[in-house]
Amino acid sequence: MAQVLMKDLNKKYDEVHAVKDVNLHIRDKEFIVLVGPSGCGKSTTLRMVAGLEEITSGEISIGDRIVNDLPPKDRDIAMVFQNYALYPHMTVYDNMAFGLKMRKFPKPEIQKRVQDAAEILGIQELLKRKPRQLSGGQRQRVAVGRAIVRHPQVFLFDEPLSNLDAKLRVQMRVELKRLHDRLETTAIYVTHDQVEAMTLGDRVVVMRDGWIQQVGEPLELYSKPANKFVAGFIGSPAMNFADVTIADANGVVWAETPGLRVRVPPACLERLRPYKGQHITLGIRPEDLHLAGGADPSEYTFDSTVEVVEPLGSEILLDIKTGPNMMVARVDPTVRVKVHESIRLALNPERLHFFDMKTEAAI
Amino acid sequence: MPDGGRDPARPRRRTHPRSPPEELHVVIERRWKKWVFFYIPLTLFIIGTLFPFYWMFITSIRPDAELYRSWRAVNNAPFWTLHPTLDHFQDLMAKTTFPTWLWNTFFIAVASTLISLFCGLLAGYALARLRFPLAGTLGTSIFVTYLVPPTLLFIPLADIIRNFQLGNTPWALILTYPTFLVPFCTWLLMGYFKTIPRELEECARIDGASRFGAMVRIIFPIAVPGILSAGIFAFTLSWNEFIYALVFLSSPERKTVPVGVVSELIRGDIYFWGQLMAGALLGSVPVALVYSFFVEYYVTGLTGSVKG
Repeated sequence: MAQVLMKDLNKKYDEVHAVKDVNLHIRDKEFIVLVGPSGCGKSTTLRMVAGLEEITSGEISIGDRIVNDLPPKDRDIAMVFQNYALYPHMTVYDNMAFGLKMRKFPKPEIQKRVQDAAEILGIQELLKRKPRQLSGGQRQRVAVGRAIVRHPQVFLFDEPLSNLDAKLRVQMRVELKRLHDRLETTAIYVTHDQVEAMTLGDRVVVMRDGWIQQVGEPLELYSKPANKFVAGFIGSPAMNFADVTIADANGVVWAETPGLRVRVPPACLERLRPYKGQHITLGIRPEDLHLAGGADPSEYTFDSTVEVVEPLGSEILLDIKTGPNMMVARVDPTVRVKVHESIRLALNPERLHFFDMKTEAAI
Repeated sequence: MPDGGRDPARPRRRTHPRSPPEELHVVIERRWKKWVFFYIPLTLFIIGTLFPFYWMFITSIRPDAELYRSWRAVNNAPFWTLHPTLDHFQDLMAKTTFPTWLWNTFFIAVASTLISLFCGLLAGYALARLRFPLAGTLGTSIFVTYLVPPTLLFIPLADIIRNFQLGNTPWALILTYPTFLVPFCTWLLMGYFKTIPRELEECARIDGASRFGAMVRIIFPIAVPGILSAGIFAFTLSWNEFIYALVFLSSPERKTVPVGVVSELIRGDIYFWGQLMAGALLGSVPVALVYSFFVEYYVTGLTGSVKG
């Protein structure tokens, strides 16, 4: 059990600056997820914690030890890789026991720990098999088992579920969550899948181009994204964006763009004051749009044309066009609309997001 | 290639049921093609590769009377014999130092293979895995040394051998064969190491092994097919090597099989065909044995497949 501290962490390859000034305090027993598109530096950060990449500048400490110059074997960590990295020439038992053997644990202790881990993961029957005789899900379990037998201070996961099929991925996600609740070990988990990030993480770190964009609890990222990138990255389908002009008409402030005219909610007025007459980005999540009814005030409704209807069973996604802007609305499965039909949509004024055009920061 | 056997059934399933004439046409075309592109070339190839061995064998058991008979003689049967004899083998063992040659060749081949494998393993691993300045250049230059023909290289090497007073000793060959074996092993093993996922080793290092420990405990056992094929190749190359053996060894009892057979069994313009072929046959048996023993490893070694 330990906290992990990263201080001004940087990684430069010859030309590429992969990780830029990362500062992160991971608390003891916390499950933290690094998420971002490929090439954002999340894996590099994890590999620096593991000791597989050298640190260009900055400092990493695990527990109260600075580990910058420690080889991976002395950092007391365990890592699960995307391709499982099981040793193909060893049985499952030997795979799991390898780390303990290397650390010269007595044989009965090794046996006990492997048995315990196998029991937790439900792989007791597989111990005598070789990795190539296992299915993808089983291999994944063995890889996790190999990590937990060591009782390390920190677990590192590098996209461990990416090679599994969709159904198994959901199942393993739940198991990992349950495992973490049981073992209470600090874990750093890297993924490009925002659903995994949201469901697994106690806190989520969104990265882009080597910079940390935002650190926060999953729902905080969802409801209060720090900038346009986080807003677009978290949530599926992604947030709708429209470039609007802030205009003042007879004391009422509007956000306008062809086809869309929304009154700025009173709560946001103060923040938007400096932007009067300027262009900013308006963000609306698909779930904050619904078919307009009689109760919806007219200043929060707009007309649009349905372009594509995607019925998903539990909900319907409507790809709509309003003026030049394309948007997605997530509506009730009971709604009956046809392609090319004109509909009137209402939006939830309390959940509008505004972003600066230049800095992309949330306003 | 073995797929060919299942071919005729396939078009029948694939073609549309409403067009039987077309179906027939496809089947016939396929059979015809299989003969022209598969069976006939394969047969020619097999005959081409195996005939020299057959010729070697038949010559070595043919009595002298048949060997030196004119081709136009009555009853001449060049492709078989009705009076097989082991005389040539006995002569080879009794009248020449063939057993010694065999031992020399074996000893030299094994020693130089071991040296080259050791160097090749470490160099191949370093070039495949470690990041250090000029790694690429080093890899290429090692490869270039492999391209220098031995027919040129033996001249400076002869000078070195003389300076070290190694002439006419097995060490002359054991130490010069690695000049072409090390680059060869390095490149073959480097290619093989590159097919082994990096994560295996990284995982081992996190699990508690040092880099060297991970290499020895994880990478080498997985690379066994590659190591074996490099070893077999190196062994065969040194077993068959001719020029260095011819130049660096002089006394008959020090010679290797390829040189000994040629220099002791061709005297002037007299060819002792029976003994020559008996020697050649016995000389190729160990190599053939080694190959057939490890053929499966050998194929995976060259295609480099690691399945997690």
